[in-house]
Amino acid sequence: MPESLRPRSAPPAAEPSAAPPAARLPEPSPRDRARPGALRVEGLALDAQGRRLVDIDHLALPAGGVTMVMGQNGAGKSLFLRLIHGLIAPSHGWISWGEVPCGPATRATQALVFQKPVLLRRSVAANVDFVLKARGLSRAARRERCAEMLARVGLEAHARQPARLLSGGEQQRLALARALAIRPQVLLLDEATASLDPASVLAIERIVTEAAEAGTKVIFITHDIGQARRLADDVAFLHRGRIAEHRPAAQFFLGPQSESALAYLEGRILL
Amino acid sequence: MQDFGAAFGLAFHLIATGNDNLVEIVLLSLKVSFSALTLSCLIGLPLGAFLVVRPFWGRGVVVAVLNAMMGLPPVVIGLLVYLSLSRAGPMGWLGLLYTPTAMIIAQTLLIAPIVAALARQVLEGLYTEYDEQFRSFGISRLRAAAALIVDGRYGLVTVALAGFGRAVAEVGAVIIVGGNIDHLTRVMTTAIALETSKGDLGMALALGIILMSIALGVNLAAGGLRAMAERQAYA
Ligand SMILES: Nc1ncnc2c1ncn2[C@@H]1O[C@H](COP(=O)(O)OP(=O)(O)OP(=O)(O)O)[C@@H](O)[C@H]1O
Ligand SMILES: [Mg+2]
Repeated sequence: MPESLRPRSAPPAAEPSAAPPAARLPEPSPRDRARPGALRVEGLALDAQGRRLVDIDHLALPAGGVTMVMGQNGAGKSLFLRLIHGLIAPSHGWISWGEVPCGPATRATQALVFQKPVLLRRSVAANVDFVLKARGLSRAARRERCAEMLARVGLEAHARQPARLLSGGEQQRLALARALAIRPQVLLLDEATASLDPASVLAIERIVTEAAEAGTKVIFITHDIGQARRLADDVAFLHRGRIAEHRPAAQFFLGPQSESALAYLEGRILL
Repeated sequence: MQDFGAAFGLAFHLIATGNDNLVEIVLLSLKVSFSALTLSCLIGLPLGAFLVVRPFWGRGVVVAVLNAMMGLPPVVIGLLVYLSLSRAGPMGWLGLLYTPTAMIIAQTLLIAPIVAALARQVLEGLYTEYDEQFRSFGISRLRAAAALIVDGRYGLVTVALAGFGRAVAEVGAVIIVGGNIDHLTRVMTTAIALETSKGDLGMALALGIILMSIALGVNLAAGGLRAMAERQAYA
């Protein structure tokens, strides 16, 4: 798989949308568009085995705040996240962050917490230390940051334990601590609280909110409607690889306009 | 000609009393094979990790060649090393033929491909799991390779033990380049061959028992390590 997405042509200008205007967020101002958290996607498509798994004609996310991504199982949420992080190359299309094409440079300012946490076969502390070392932090700075991050997710007592012996929820918390440790400008979360107990969910949500308030752009996939309501500034709803709807959270939860999002919120399955 | 029972009796007597000759041969064997193993790991582990993290044109061919080299007959390697180290050979001026160093070189050539090929297999599985996370971290390939070796350490110890087992039990290469010289290049396998042909079955059997115990010990150690790794969820 190619290391990065290399654009072959200049990005096409944002086209006026074909969908009803209310289903779209207003386009960000030019100043916002240059911020590192401002995602812009044009004509994005991902094909595999003759299926179009992701098909996003146009999407522009605000440079800050929390964007919640929702949609049924298999809608293409995880693929979308990996595409915009530059881990997989799209079949077509253009992705940029703050007008910088998606690639190793943008990825370096971002952190992704995978749906299934990938932990190194080392101690809890060593997992956090690993990313900090890769970023060239000094030993003293690493130790301090590591302790700070573990305390933030409530794992300080487990620092010396093998990471893979943590419970599922603890593993997710460690993955989040490791992601936040590099102080990313963009935090990408793929169902990061899916197996946490209610108190831990709230604790993680508080951390995420704090990060967003400090200027980190958060893009958060969830199936937890309550969580989406609590965190979202805007909601992007994916249905069969397409953005069915992208609106400010208040409007979205007041009454989604797309049939698929309505069905999802009502707990119906729309095929 | 001694009978079977008498040979066993003599063998245990030699081992129990710590016969000087026996000890000398065993120690040289271990020294040569451990040196070869160390060199093989220094070459084979980074090579195996590099082949995993660094895609390049023709990597499949390199891997196939490496896998084929795992089955190289020791005598052929012995012959090649002999030709290079013999007086007329390109490295004849080093005067290494019939020294333990020559035996270390031959055994290294024998097991480095094994260590590299098996390490690649072990680390490949690990890398499929880590690949995306590593790319998300944005770490260099060098750091990724090093991290794979560290995280694959328990699997790699098993690889190293397999290489050691092959080196210490091998006879064809060391007899050609070492010459089985008493007190100088005589190791367990070459001594067993010699003592058997001389009819000194007690000595041969004593060495054989020790060789088998080493093989058994190595395998028990590998199994123990694997169990420990699994307990700690490091496997
Ligand atoms: N490498 C691949 N090759 C073919 N199909 C794939 C591949 N990866 C994912 N898919 C398919 O693409 C679709 C979207 O997958 P994705 O993981 O993005 O779903 P998701 O929206 O994250 O679902 P969930 O809520 O269950 O996590 C699924 O139908 C999946 O089977
Ligand atoms: Mg998913």
